[in-house]
Amino acid sequence: MDFLDSFLVRATLAGLGVALAAAPLGCFVVWRRMAYFGEATAHASILGIALALAFSTSIFGGVLVVALLMGWTVSTLSGRGYAMDTLLGVMAHSALAVGLVAVSFLQGVRIDLMAYLFGDILAVSRIDLAVIWGGAALVMLMLWWRWSALLTATLSPDLAFAAGIEPRREQMVLTIALALVVAVAIKVVGVLLIAALLIIPAAAARPFAQTPERMAFLAAAIGGFSALAGLRAAYIFDTPTGPTIVCVAAACFVLNSLFNLTRSPSSG
Amino acid sequence: MSLISAKGMGVSHGKNHVLKNVTLEIKSGEIVTIVGPNGSGKSTLLRALIGAAKLSEGTLTRKENLRIGYVPQKLHIDQTLPMSVSRFLSLPNKVSNETSRAALAQAGVGNLAQRQMSDLSGGQFQRVLLARALLGNPELLILDEATQGLDQPGSASFYRQIESLRETLGCAVLMVSHELHVVMSASDRVICLNGHVCCEGAPEAVASAPAYRALFGSGTQGALALYRHDHDHHHDHQHDHHDHSHDHEQSEDA
Repeated sequence: MDFLDSFLVRATLAGLGVALAAAPLGCFVVWRRMAYFGEATAHASILGIALALAFSTSIFGGVLVVALLMGWTVSTLSGRGYAMDTLLGVMAHSALAVGLVAVSFLQGVRIDLMAYLFGDILAVSRIDLAVIWGGAALVMLMLWWRWSALLTATLSPDLAFAAGIEPRREQMVLTIALALVVAVAIKVVGVLLIAALLIIPAAAARPFAQTPERMAFLAAAIGGFSALAGLRAAYIFDTPTGPTIVCVAAACFVLNSLFNLTRSPSSG
Repeated sequence: MSLISAKGMGVSHGKNHVLKNVTLEIKSGEIVTIVGPNGSGKSTLLRALIGAAKLSEGTLTRKENLRIGYVPQKLHIDQTLPMSVSRFLSLPNKVSNETSRAALAQAGVGNLAQRQMSDLSGGQFQRVLLARALLGNPELLILDEATQGLDQPGSASFYRQIESLRETLGCAVLMVSHELHVVMSASDRVICLNGHVCCEGAPEAVASAPAYRALFGSGTQGALALYRHDHDHHHDHQHDHHDHSHDHEQSEDA
């Protein structure tokens, strides 16, 4: 009997893969104040799901294309007369609404919208698992490869230019990585909670990090722990898995913040 | 030898011509100061030289593989980004502990390596920025109002540090400053900028040039005149230092 035959093993590996890729990327999302950008990309992916179902292509592909388009459009339009948050607000909710309307046209196709909104980690197949780990590994490789340049561009575009780094290219790298994470995370936590996997572990890691690298590793550890503990808790208490994983991450954040407050009451 | 030279360089933000027809050259080892009123395009000029602002016209020639050390006007590090001084110095290229310690010592802050950037005072922060700019052993050090937020003794000692760095490293220095009286004495050459090059030359010559006086007033109170400067001024007077081909479109668009 194969190790991967157990749905719980597959779910565990899927959760770990997504969490390990999302957490370090989430650090950049937090540092660059792109939290809403992540949210918007995730919401837009509903449109990707609708398109994928309409043309009977893979969900992963449809979501990836829409998420990339979304990231590209927002990066291009920002700074041309609209504030970033206004632009994202328009794009995110329009894409979500259009996606939901498009899904309703798909008659004859039985789709469980809830599975896409909140994830369905227990139904992860071997192919899903391969896609998730492939995407997650790609994101981790991209971050590893561009780490210094990404960090410099995040710190200051002008310092990046002076060092021969093109900040717009680094922005593109992040947009692509974000689209990949959204595309692989849908199965695990669903559209509505992807941003949580990006932001909460990074935020929970912040009080204990002195360098960006430590924050990324800590965030990955917290993300991985949340995935494992969340799955276990969902199994024991019979609760929805994706939201339970996010609850564990949120609990980590609260505990870390409280610990940090008692440690240094002055530097809140 | 010329490190960097601009010919007829212009930079626009949309319809707003920030810089027009700027021609200048920085030679190795010289200290050049750019002065000019707020909104005269000083920072934009520096950003164009490091490649951060696109030229709308003209050309920019750099010596091949020119090593530039850049100290920005201000750097905001987000509270969510943990950054120790030693990690900051290793961005984007990793440097050894000895190298970073030496650079910090050169900048006059040898004891700060383990501190968090967010815990530094304004003066310490500027010196760490300077230390970072020195790491690549630059041929050209570019400083954009590096003493903003420092008190007078603080900025005076900062400029003394720059001068002594030029002695030890032999690098050229290009800086922007508001503190005319301090900077003028430390510069080989001063460029007076107001969207275009109004006048340039040795500090004494520029200080007595009518174009400079029209912008800053005369005498040692010039530094104060800076803040009262009105963009809509017209200096129609004739004299040889002055480039008269300009008009002030930016003040109408702004």
